[in-house]
Amino acid sequence: MTFAIEFNNVSRHFGEVRAVDDVSFTVRDGEFFTLLGPSGSGKTTCLRMIAGFEQPTAGRIVLYGRDVTTLPAYDREVNTVFQDYALFPHMTVGDNIGYGLMVRKVPKPERERQVAEMLKLVRLPGMERRKPSQLSGGQRQRVALARALINHPKVLLLDEPLGALDLKLRQQMQVELKAIQHEVGITFIFVTHDQEEALTMSDRIAVFDMGQIVQIGAPSDLYERPRTRFVAGFVGTSNILSGETAVTITGSAQPFSVRPEKIRLVDVATAVPAAHCAIEGQVQDVVYVGMHTRYTVALPSGEEMIVVQQNMDVTPQNGTAVRGKAVRLVWPRAANNVLEEAIG
Amino acid sequence: MELTTPKPSIFRRISTALHNHPGLFLLLLLALPLGWMLLVYIGSLIGLLIQSFFYLDGFTGQVVRQFTLRTYGDLFTRPHMEIFGRTVAMAASVTVGAALMAFPLAYYTVRYTSRRLRAILYLLILLPLWSSYIIRVYSWKLILAKEGIVSWFVGQLGLTAVLDWVLRLPVIGGPSLSISSLGLFLVFLYIWLPYMILPIMASLERVSKSLGEASGDLGARPSTTFRYVTLPLAFPGVVAGSIFTFSLTLGDYIIPSVIGDSSPFIGMTVYSYQGTSGNIPLAAAFTVLPITIMAIYLLVARRLGAFEAL
Amino acid sequence: MRVKSNVNRSPLGLTVTAVAVLIFLHFPFFIVMLYAFTTDETTFTFPPPGLTTRWFGVAMNRADLWPALFLSLKVAIIATAVALVLGTLAAAAVYRSRFFGREAISFLLVLPIALPGIVTGIALRSMMGLTNIPFSFWTIVIGHATFCVVVVYNNAIARFRRTGRSQLEASADLGADGFQTFRYVVLPNLATALVAGGMLAFALSFDEVIVTTFTAGQQSTLPIWIFSQLTRPRDRPVTNVVAFLVVTITAVPILLAHYMTQDARES
Repeated sequence: MTFAIEFNNVSRHFGEVRAVDDVSFTVRDGEFFTLLGPSGSGKTTCLRMIAGFEQPTAGRIVLYGRDVTTLPAYDREVNTVFQDYALFPHMTVGDNIGYGLMVRKVPKPERERQVAEMLKLVRLPGMERRKPSQLSGGQRQRVALARALINHPKVLLLDEPLGALDLKLRQQMQVELKAIQHEVGITFIFVTHDQEEALTMSDRIAVFDMGQIVQIGAPSDLYERPRTRFVAGFVGTSNILSGETAVTITGSAQPFSVRPEKIRLVDVATAVPAAHCAIEGQVQDVVYVGMHTRYTVALPSGEEMIVVQQNMDVTPQNGTAVRGKAVRLVWPRAANNVLEEAIG
Repeated sequence: MELTTPKPSIFRRISTALHNHPGLFLLLLLALPLGWMLLVYIGSLIGLLIQSFFYLDGFTGQVVRQFTLRTYGDLFTRPHMEIFGRTVAMAASVTVGAALMAFPLAYYTVRYTSRRLRAILYLLILLPLWSSYIIRVYSWKLILAKEGIVSWFVGQLGLTAVLDWVLRLPVIGGPSLSISSLGLFLVFLYIWLPYMILPIMASLERVSKSLGEASGDLGARPSTTFRYVTLPLAFPGVVAGSIFTFSLTLGDYIIPSVIGDSSPFIGMTVYSYQGTSGNIPLAAAFTVLPITIMAIYLLVARRLGAFEAL
Repeated sequence: MRVKSNVNRSPLGLTVTAVAVLIFLHFPFFIVMLYAFTTDETTFTFPPPGLTTRWFGVAMNRADLWPALFLSLKVAIIATAVALVLGTLAAAAVYRSRFFGREAISFLLVLPIALPGIVTGIALRSMMGLTNIPFSFWTIVIGHATFCVVVVYNNAIARFRRTGRSQLEASADLGADGFQTFRYVVLPNLATALVAGGMLAFALSFDEVIVTTFTAGQQSTLPIWIFSQLTRPRDRPVTNVVAFLVVTITAVPILLAHYMTQDARES
């Protein structure tokens, strides 16, 4: 099977700085693949190397079986949606979208037909004559998308394309992007630092930290079985327990993580069911967030644990959890996720 | 979805070749401008330096192309040093005068104007800078003439006696304003003033307004704020401006040959040595002095952070 | 009136000083304008004894004026063209890549106008002496082009920096090679900056006199013609008229250049 993209030991060093350090991964054909990480983690540099804006200092990049490592950007069958959209301000929307066809010398009538079709796909029909400056942020986003898709790239690269939009519009565009991907059926490589966005949209996610990939997996893998402390903390919220506390709970000092929503808050008098873990603590803080309530519980060791409880009853505060009260935290043993790190 | 790729055009192949050899591309871009500047300009400066080590044979009037320090011996004589001192003194006073005049206008423009007015003032400051230099010099011949507007205006105010008294003063005086060092100073000041205003404006624009507000908030009176916050931050701009006013005054020979009492300045001397007497070696040696001064000046200015304000 | 309220009132003394400096910068132009119409033939009497337009006719008939004007125009056009090419190339190189000595390039370009004019002049003159190149139209052009490059360079590099790098990347990403990107994206963005830089270079060349006197030999450009009128006065009224014309005509490209870069700054 040919992969859409293969990274073979790719590095990109700027002097002493290792922006990308010996990264290898593969992307399957038709996949929605997300590069997730904090800023400066190397995810954008990886995307730019696929696009051809930057050259790796070591390693190979293969696109559908063809080594493109040193190929100029204009000879690669990939297109990019830029973070700032990078629409040409001196051209109309129509000319922007038709740009790729124009430089390939596609005749004008054919170009116009395809531009109109693309505008329909991104739900901006009849906007050809507008200037980019006359569009809203969401509209520019769609034009940028149409401009990339009209060239029928084998892979579409999206560099934090939703970062500049407000929350409502972002959520709407997330749904639309998925729909468009389904319609055109090509591979999408998506860069974001927003873990929630990554979880909702991706088939698979590669988590970047300090120039390296720390874990690749489906959203549920990453969420339920984060391999490292970094992933556990970056993708969603985790309670990470180690040392004495871990020994108290599991009998072993091996660090593990457990998600706040897996834990129940109960009265100290309540018995611990079989195959469950438990620890006692004191409620430090209660924050009502609407859908759920978040509790901060101080353990005897001084550490804190976060517990999230769905507000299923009409009155959310069940009386056990008021500030200062001693409580017992209970969760199924199966919810413990052992982290890959040395005991210490 | 496979795009049929036609045989790449010649342009595309060149483009790809340049993509694969970024160093070559850079070299191609730089070859012309760098070659020109190095060959024409730096080459000429070096040529100038070489010439200053030749000498003029007084009998034949021919330049002898032989290494010698004779020309420098001729340079360091008393009359030449007087010319030199006079020029540097003038350049220094013009620089100080320009800084004193430029600062209020720059400060007013940056701090106390609306956007619209600021744009207009900016244009009004730029316009003289780009206007014809020779005409601007000429205008002062009209202004400073004995029968001209300044004399007339002073007369209207009944201050003719004061003007006469000023003109009788040694060093700065003369038969009329147009034929005095004071007049010459005024014209230099007028011509190079915009070169001082613009860098000061640029550096003041970089001093954020909130810095002044922070200082006021901490209890400083406006004069204290100006003294301890605004002035130090604007200082690189003054130094940057002084590079121009000083250097331009140092090297000008048109203004002192049109205005003033025809006491020689560096520029005029250089011009007459290379022109009428054909003594290019001495003219060359003469310019080594302002170049040295400017080199030192630039080094000091760089240390004072003036280059960011340019 | 929201804008107004953001602007503090200036102290009276400062306002007066600022206005006085502005007047100092501009009243000489009005004097030049006025004297073009004076009936006074031999002195610079103020106020003018009477006003007339007859000197314009006299100036038009001065035979030596026209060749000087045409020489200046020709020199300025060619020098501007050379400066446009060299300045744009240098700006593109400096913008495109980080290389050792980037700052040195800017420094090298600004040197001909930062060093005293007499130095540039005598240096070129001595080079011509060393290499036995005779004075010609081209010796003037070479001198002018050398100090005009920096004007074009400054305008071009400022515009390059405002044009986001991502636009160039987007163009390449969409399949345009270097030449196509230059033609369809860089040039349209750069155009007004180049026109503005070109006009300023033209203005600079058109009235340069210090360097020119060293490279012109016996040829007379318009500023040299005016200069010789100043040192060896002949037909004062004609000088006045020429001064008037030069001031009004050179104001046009300067204003145009200003507005062209202003628009780009605001959009």
